Amino acid sequence: MARKRFIIPGVDTKLLVRDAAKVMPDLTRRRFITGGASLGALTLLTGCDVVDSSSAEEMLKQVSKFNDAVQGWMFNPNALAPTYPESMITKPFPFNAYYGLDEAPEIDGKTWKLEVRGLVDNKKSWRLDELYALPQVKQVTRHICVEGWSAIGSWTGTPLRDFLKLIGADTKAKYVWFQCADKDGYNSPLDMMTALHPQTQMTFKFADDILPRAYGFPMKIRVPTKLGFKNPKYVISMEVTNDYKGGFWEDMGYNSFSGS
Amino acid sequence: MSSLTASNEHATSAKAATIQPAWVRILHWTNAFAMVLMIMSGWRIYNASPLFDFTFSNAITIGGWLGGALLWHFAAMWILMVNGLIYLALGLATGRFRRKLLPITASGVIDDTRAALTGKLSHDDLTRYNHVQKLLYAGVIVIGVLVVLSGLAIWKPVQLQWLTALFGGYPIARYVHFFCMAAIVAFMVVHVALALIVPKSLRAMITGR
Repeated sequence: MARKRFIIPGVDTKLLVRDAAKVMPDLTRRRFITGGASLGALTLLTGCDVVDSSSAEEMLKQVSKFNDAVQGWMFNPNALAPTYPESMITKPFPFNAYYGLDEAPEIDGKTWKLEVRGLVDNKKSWRLDELYALPQVKQVTRHICVEGWSAIGSWTGTPLRDFLKLIGADTKAKYVWFQCADKDGYNSPLDMMTALHPQTQMTFKFADDILPRAYGFPMKIRVPTKLGFKNPKYVISMEVTNDYKGGFWEDMGYNSFSGS
Repeated sequence: MSSLTASNEHATSAKAATIQPAWVRILHWTNAFAMVLMIMSGWRIYNASPLFDFTFSNAITIGGWLGGALLWHFAAMWILMVNGLIYLALGLATGRFRRKLLPITASGVIDDTRAALTGKLSHDDLTRYNHVQKLLYAGVIVIGVLVVLSGLAIWKPVQLQWLTALFGGYPIARYVHFFCMAAIVAFMVVHVALALIVPKSLRAMITGR
């Protein structure tokens, strides 16, 4: 699975930037979903301009919301993502982001704190050594990227639902919203059903070692029932909320639920 | 019993002029529309992480970027699936599949292939499919079912993990999905070319006669 397009520590970062640019929408163009090329092709095909681009975009957004609801309905809180033997772990595991590895956040574990906000009883911030002291579990699962590739990795950490219980979170709230240290401010909402899934994890280790910078040091949220972009890295805060606050990729058009 | 037979014969002769009933025509063109959307958005999705050493020209894809293509793909899939389920249900319930597509015999396929290649295959009676047509039409229905199932296996490898496992796991399901697409595109090339060579068959799929 280690292919040339995966940028791994010590490997060509130019390739990664090129690939990231390839999957990014044209941010200067508002109507990214039905951009010129797409409508051009459809017009060419049908011989007539079948869809007005803004109404097509609106229709697609509505269908995506419908698909969120369908996936919520399909989601079985007790269905576990398949686990694999350690011999099947993908080596090297790919680094993937919308920036090069040299632009990945460099976080000082001694000063970093996890900020807790929103509908929780205890809003105290957590130091890394305090989080490391919580009971941890290891799981080997398949990470599936929205681009289509997948890789098997080993993640160790504290089940998020245990932490939510510990801080007295209102688990009837709709979302846990994560903010991250990535450049341009990565963030992503996680529906509460998935946040309470037994395999959803606050991850501190990859392959038994402290999470390296490439994979989200000091903490990532590993969600094996979601696509990769719903697994935020370099997390700096979590907020329990009933409001849909959007997300980095979600706002650009990736389906918000994106469940596996 | 005799009156039933008589009325059936009467119905058959009255409808003899209709080659493709309305439900077949509506479902056919809806399927064609959804299939084209699925394939062109699917090519854009493929380009984000190609399985092979090639990508599709962005000019023949829809969506503008990966996220847009995914929105098209997961919207058109509903049209494809609902339309396809109605087609399968009606095809089985009306007996059209059995009547039009069966039996398919190896010798029939070989004979009709030979006849087609030597220019001796007749298209005088459009209500009856030759064995090559039967094989291709039955085959593309099976591939159509497979492309949807492998797509669901890729979309939901946790919730539908039994289905994903049936395809040999997530990475293999991606290849199955790709090759089903390739088979459908190959079918479409032949199908459209032959429809243009025998225009009255195209007319029958539009007007019914």
